[in-house]
Amino acid sequence: MNAPAVFLTAFLASGVEAVEALTIVLAAGLTRGWRSTIGGVLAATALLGLLIAVLGPALSAIPLSALRVVVGGLLLAFGLQWLRKAILRASGAKALHDETAIFAREAAAAETAARPAGTDWYAFTLAFKGVTLEGLEVVFIVLSVGANAHRLPVAVAGAAAAVVVTVAVGALLHRPLSRVPENTTKFVVGLALTTFGTFWGGEGVGVRWPGSDAALPVLFAVYLAVAAGAVVLTRRAVTDARPDVAVAS
Amino acid sequence: MKQVGVFLWDFVVGDDWVGALGVVLVLALAGLVAHATHAAAWWVLPPGVTIVLAVMLRRAVRACRPASRRADPRVPHPPVR
Repeated sequence: MNAPAVFLTAFLASGVEAVEALTIVLAAGLTRGWRSTIGGVLAATALLGLLIAVLGPALSAIPLSALRVVVGGLLLAFGLQWLRKAILRASGAKALHDETAIFAREAAAAETAARPAGTDWYAFTLAFKGVTLEGLEVVFIVLSVGANAHRLPVAVAGAAAAVVVTVAVGALLHRPLSRVPENTTKFVVGLALTTFGTFWGGEGVGVRWPGSDAALPVLFAVYLAVAAGAVVLTRRAVTDARPDVAVAS
Repeated sequence: MKQVGVFLWDFVVGDDWVGALGVVLVLALAGLVAHATHAAAWWVLPPGVTIVLAVMLRRAVRACRPASRRADPRVPHPPVR
């Protein structure tokens, strides 16, 4: 698989998760102060970096067919989860992800918690938990896409670029990135993960794809058509079931 | 340990276990066709994955309209997970 596809997949997937983590970090930092919040972010980043450093070489040691069955299957299951949510959101069956509302909720909770004199463990834990939980998805995607494509450094570079861009924009704006087209990005990443999962999972169980890597863009196009049709059908089903609900476009 | 287990379950299986089970079944079927017949088995996967996705979406939409709630339009519908 070519490097731009690996880079772009890691960049988009990491970008979505970084935007979600940034919302939590901003809520902690702006309401509780930055010292403990940044401590939590650094601790979580170190943990995630350690995971990549340990698991990356370990994955490379696993036989390729076994790796492709397990990781391909996990990627496929993961991709279908993302795609399901994106289709439900695009069809109006599920509310769109609202970073502003999440920021307000987290900030209100952070405001009311007790404030100790020394290290603010509430801010530390909130930032640590937010970055770790969102980052674990990134680690999984980066490792599985990078290891299967034999381009782990490219996948890590894509993820790092997304984090740098998100942090830079967040530091400039000092507010959640609510204008990022998060659902569209999740839609594309869901399609990409489903495509890679199908391709590698299939190869792992002994399937030979016609045209080898050339099958990837074809698979992506097929799933894009399926997902677009699914949005239309789901929107219709939701409107029939809930005529009171205005369906988002 | 329990929390780790819950986290891993949520991480891999997510909101709908049908997706994870469907993926296992589709990959197993493709592997079976590939090994048993030595014929091209790639064609099993895209339709199989499409069916799994369709079942997941159908279950989510059905969660919007349980029969008991449809009878009374004043009862609010539950949010889709």
